[in-house]
Amino acid sequence: MERNLMKGNEALAEAAIRAGCKCFFGYPITPQTELAAYMAKRMHKAGGVFLQAESEIAAVNMVLGAASTGVRAMTSSSSPGVSLKSEGISYLAGSDLPAVIINVQRGGPGLGGIQPSQADYWQATKALGHGDFHLLVYAPASVQEMVDMVTTAFDRADKYRIPAMILADGLLGQMMEPVSFPEISINDYDKSSWAADGHKNKREHHIINSLYLKPDELQKSVYERFERYEKVKAEETDAELYLTEDCDILLCAYGATARVVKSAVNSAREIGIKAGMFRPKTLWPFPVKEVNEAVKNAKCLLDVEMSMGQMIDDVKLAINCSKPVHFFGRTGGVIPTPAEILEEIKKVGGAE
Amino acid sequence: MTTEILLAGFGGQGVLFAGKILAYCGLMDNKEISWLPSYGPEMRGGTANCSVCISDDPIGSPLILTPDILIAMNQPSFDKFVDAVKPNGKMFIDSTLIDSKCERTDVECYYIPSSQLAEENELKGGSNIILLGKLIKETNIFTLDTVKKAIEKVVPPSKAHLIENNLKAIDIGMNN
Amino acid sequence: MAVVFERPKSLIDVPTHYCPGCTHGIVHRLICEVIDEMGIEGDTIGICPVGCSVMAYDYFNCDMIEAPHGRAPAVATGVKRTNPDKFVFTYQGDGDLAAIGTAETVHVATRGENIVIIFINNTIYGMTGGQMAPTTIPGQVTQTTPYGRDPELAGYPVRVCEMLSTLTGTALAQRVAVDTVPHIRETKKAIRKAFENQKEKRGLSIVEVLSTCPTNWGMSPVEAIKRLQDEMIPYYPLGVYKDVTAEGGNK
Repeated sequence: MERNLMKGNEALAEAAIRAGCKCFFGYPITPQTELAAYMAKRMHKAGGVFLQAESEIAAVNMVLGAASTGVRAMTSSSSPGVSLKSEGISYLAGSDLPAVIINVQRGGPGLGGIQPSQADYWQATKALGHGDFHLLVYAPASVQEMVDMVTTAFDRADKYRIPAMILADGLLGQMMEPVSFPEISINDYDKSSWAADGHKNKREHHIINSLYLKPDELQKSVYERFERYEKVKAEETDAELYLTEDCDILLCAYGATARVVKSAVNSAREIGIKAGMFRPKTLWPFPVKEVNEAVKNAKCLLDVEMSMGQMIDDVKLAINCSKPVHFFGRTGGVIPTPAEILEEIKKVGGAE
Repeated sequence: MTTEILLAGFGGQGVLFAGKILAYCGLMDNKEISWLPSYGPEMRGGTANCSVCISDDPIGSPLILTPDILIAMNQPSFDKFVDAVKPNGKMFIDSTLIDSKCERTDVECYYIPSSQLAEENELKGGSNIILLGKLIKETNIFTLDTVKKAIEKVVPPSKAHLIENNLKAIDIGMNN
Repeated sequence: MAVVFERPKSLIDVPTHYCPGCTHGIVHRLICEVIDEMGIEGDTIGICPVGCSVMAYDYFNCDMIEAPHGRAPAVATGVKRTNPDKFVFTYQGDGDLAAIGTAETVHVATRGENIVIIFINNTIYGMTGGQMAPTTIPGQVTQTTPYGRDPELAGYPVRVCEMLSTLTGTALAQRVAVDTVPHIRETKKAIRKAFENQKEKRGLSIVEVLSTCPTNWGMSPVEAIKRLQDEMIPYYPLGVYKDVTAEGGNK
């Protein structure tokens, strides 16, 4: 298959178009701007819609409008912009609308910085807006995975009528790597039972809505959604297990950080420390089964993130705190180095 | 084997473009590659740099902190990275813009007046590619044929007339 | 016997939740009459706001979407851009359109988005119980301006049609009222023109309807109509502020 060099941001855009995304609504913000620029160049030629909105808030609501009519729609931003989108994301979830939202994370809180970060893990997996809901959250670790996960995200969003997020970071968004675009077949989900695209006097009118003033009705709608979440939890988790079969110390990392961690794991093995790595590819649903499989022979865990420690909560919950979970993190846009992670491995696990 | 190359200079000197040519050389030779630019306000006239990893194995962190090879195109970049180069590494320095000499004895340094050479040969903005030519010659990391193919791939069709200039700059670099 | 008056087909036959004397019902009916007359019910998608008309999706028999507060113009943009052959309208109150949704309102007009906005201006927040709206008139008593709106403290009202008429992308900006039969007829004509503009792809059409809120104004419906005439129309003059189809027809 032909390999091309592409920036992560551009690969996300191209993959979306190939996955049948018919419209993109965005707003400029570093470090994801190349994505919107690529869409501006390509979307029209691909027969779709590109529009630069007046704000992140408007952009996500344009997605809501397009998605309401059954069209595959996407928006992208970086951390502060995703916070602005949170209102619309909650409405998307409450209206059971499929859509894809991309977050190329940068440092926070507030205006923060523009360098790579993973400090939006909690936001993406626990609280992207008000109310009882979840997003499907995918965490790529390479440009190729960005391509593959965008395809999956659109598919699963349609399949379950749940909005999906690609949680990337500035490192992945900005870097170029070889990438190929496999031939994909797009599943055509029947949206005719709910899409608000004009009834042509042939059916009852459709209402896209998240308002239920009667508590028992709202509860029923949330219960129904959570039944779907249970199915998603059972079927959609994905993780990479690297050298975990015999590992004494299990490193946990996702996204760009996992690349650095892998280098550190290899170095540890070279000096005789049995290290392994668990890398969740889906952050929600969290790969509970997979991490328990990976950790079965390990004595302890070392969670590494570009944050002050957010995913570590899910790791501890997943293994029921049955083994010690150590943490090493960098934040604010600082990228951890393989050397400092190796030192940490020696400190917490190598001594035994 | 992995080769880590760091290119650094002012925004506008073409460090990203030169890095791209190296990355495409890797692509042509079926290697694993990563190319990572610095980004943000410093790209508008401040210092810009670009990390290129070329490897036979999947690449871990694309961020290069201790390069095997450094291309330095201005004084601040030289000052910032001269001590970061790995022992037995190589440095390619634009001696038109950088007065300092490297005092380390465990690295090999090549001083090329690339800005001056570019001007003399009417290759405006070609200093980056002249340094690249020198790098190709001294490291043998890629064949000239691979470099030619990479340049043809990187230069957009609308600017095809620049292919000749880039090849000429490579040639100057290889022979100086 | 000849039928001289009946419910429009696109207006669903259910009791509404609106208060007695509220004018939302009149405007709903006028929109549905226009939809019926143009025969576009099956090709129309309406966007509801947050406010008293949040549940208008239960009354219009076309496909309906309920938008976040103030975002109806952005939602409508998403619908229209991906379904350019459909008719798209938003139905918004003053708080929704002229306070929290000001950016969306202005930019849907700057883009000349080919949609219709029906803007209900009754100078008050109805659903939340009568707070100051961006269109509350100076001196008007509301729950959050208990001593009357003091511009020194609370600023001045927004005149939406005047503001949007300055923008190139606006095709029609017209202010009407539903206080008298002639005015109601005028309102229907304006709504019809707005939908015709959409059919002819002329850009954004906004019809601002001066309306009443007897409940939160603390008045009887008759007194409320009188207030509309005596206080609102002088402050918000009726008329066409912009009409790209008229020769020199702009105010």
